[in-house]
Amino acid sequence: MIESEAMEKFFERIGTYALRRIDLLGRTGLFLLGSIAQCFVPPYRPRRIVEQIHFVGVKSLFVIILTASFTGMVLAIQGFHTLRKFGAEGLLGSVVALSLIRELGPVLTALMVIGRAGSAMTAEIGILRIGGVIMALDSMAIEPRKYLVSPRLVGAVVSVPLLTLIFIVVGILGGGVVGVGLLGVNLGDYFGRMEESVEFADIAGGLWKSFAFAILIGWVCTWKGYNTQRGAKGVGSATTSAVVVSSVLVLVGDYILTSVLL
Amino acid sequence: MNATAAGSATSRLETLPPPDGPLAIRLVDVETALLGRPVLNGVTLDIPARRITVIVGLSGAGKSVILRHMIGLTRPDRGQVLVDGVDINLLSRKGLYALRDRWGVMFQTGALFESMTVFDNVAFPLREKTDLGEEEIRGKVERLLALVGLPGTGETYPDELSGGMVRRVALARAMVMDPEIIFFDEPTTGLDPIIRNSILRLVCDTWRENPFTMVMVSHDIPEVFNWCHHLVVVRAGKIAAAGPTASVLASEDPFVRQLLAGDSAGPIRLL
Repeated sequence: MIESEAMEKFFERIGTYALRRIDLLGRTGLFLLGSIAQCFVPPYRPRRIVEQIHFVGVKSLFVIILTASFTGMVLAIQGFHTLRKFGAEGLLGSVVALSLIRELGPVLTALMVIGRAGSAMTAEIGILRIGGVIMALDSMAIEPRKYLVSPRLVGAVVSVPLLTLIFIVVGILGGGVVGVGLLGVNLGDYFGRMEESVEFADIAGGLWKSFAFAILIGWVCTWKGYNTQRGAKGVGSATTSAVVVSSVLVLVGDYILTSVLL
Repeated sequence: MNATAAGSATSRLETLPPPDGPLAIRLVDVETALLGRPVLNGVTLDIPARRITVIVGLSGAGKSVILRHMIGLTRPDRGQVLVDGVDINLLSRKGLYALRDRWGVMFQTGALFESMTVFDNVAFPLREKTDLGEEEIRGKVERLLALVGLPGTGETYPDELSGGMVRRVALARAMVMDPEIIFFDEPTTGLDPIIRNSILRLVCDTWRENPFTMVMVSHDIPEVFNWCHHLVVVRAGKIAAAGPTASVLASEDPFVRQLLAGDSAGPIRLL
């Protein structure tokens, strides 16, 4: 009798937890769909979108270039020493380019954008939430998601793929500086083999990933900010949670997309 | 009852128009529970048009919740909130927003954008909701800032202002769209008595200049009796008394009498 009651409680807890998760998933999904729909509802405010592209894109440029350079350099060193074992140093350009285009470019760009812009998105919207500004917007008949979320989503979707392309180009150049300049790989081999091995599908796949990651970042970071509660501590928790959740989802999403695209 | 306050209220009210006329908002048998706890229990209330109505009550009595129902920020579990005879809870979001375009709301903390200047905060609804040019917006915002006693502060930021000044900016923003109704949610909470009275005087003067319908949740007893037309006393999610200020002040209900007089003796036991 006691055992069956305990079992009943156990399953009840699991059921409650599962229902809450499903409910959360539904609400976050509706939040994303509603925010996307608001992009197409007038009045259109292109200036706000440009501001977000500037914030997510232009202001992330330095960190992206820096990260990309060193990623490319490290790839070149690691790749060179591995390829030398097989006497295939000439393939260094292909290895660096394909690694960056298919995986490292989209993933590291997304992670950098999360750290620099995604966390700021969450904190900014969170502070507006606890300051009562989101409620004030609603009471002024200004749809808060249209004002706060949609421009950030568009900003991320435009900026992240562009930043990814910049990351890849800078990474390849960084790899070239180390591979050709320091390790003695032939310049023609480095870029020539790259041209032979990289196909359009590789670049398209990388861009698809960055596009998906951009939506993911915008979605998670704005959702966490929009639902911030409990004052300054809540803003801190929401920001941490946004960074952790979106970073993990980018890595999980990368695995899923790689499985689908390859 | 505070005799001085009551006497002062009577003398002032004689100079104001009588509080009868069309209704702006009507709440009918509104019931709401938040997190499973009943907050409003059958609230029925009339808000007269073009008059100042003040809602008072103990903390947690449900005053702000009533205000939020009027604005449509909270939906009741039961009952109706009627504006122009239409239940706002049955309106689509678009319909509700069309209604809110005719209203202004001033929140307890001001709810200003900290990253925007005072000018941009006040101009915000005009830029978002109208096609007015910058020149017209500038003229209107500067006029309103002067009206709330803050001329020349347009380029400052909210964090450079005192609490009272922030509330004045919030009042200017609430008025910038020429609303038919302005809602105030505890506009003077946390302010010192001098600034508090200046805000209340500003509200009163604003009404004299532009007789909007004003609904205010306030703890400023007995100051508000001096100039509000209509008084609503809320007790534990119910309306304990409502009507013209003079008649509510004359109420024989022990709870109402104790609350309005601020006496420690009576049915309200807090400690």
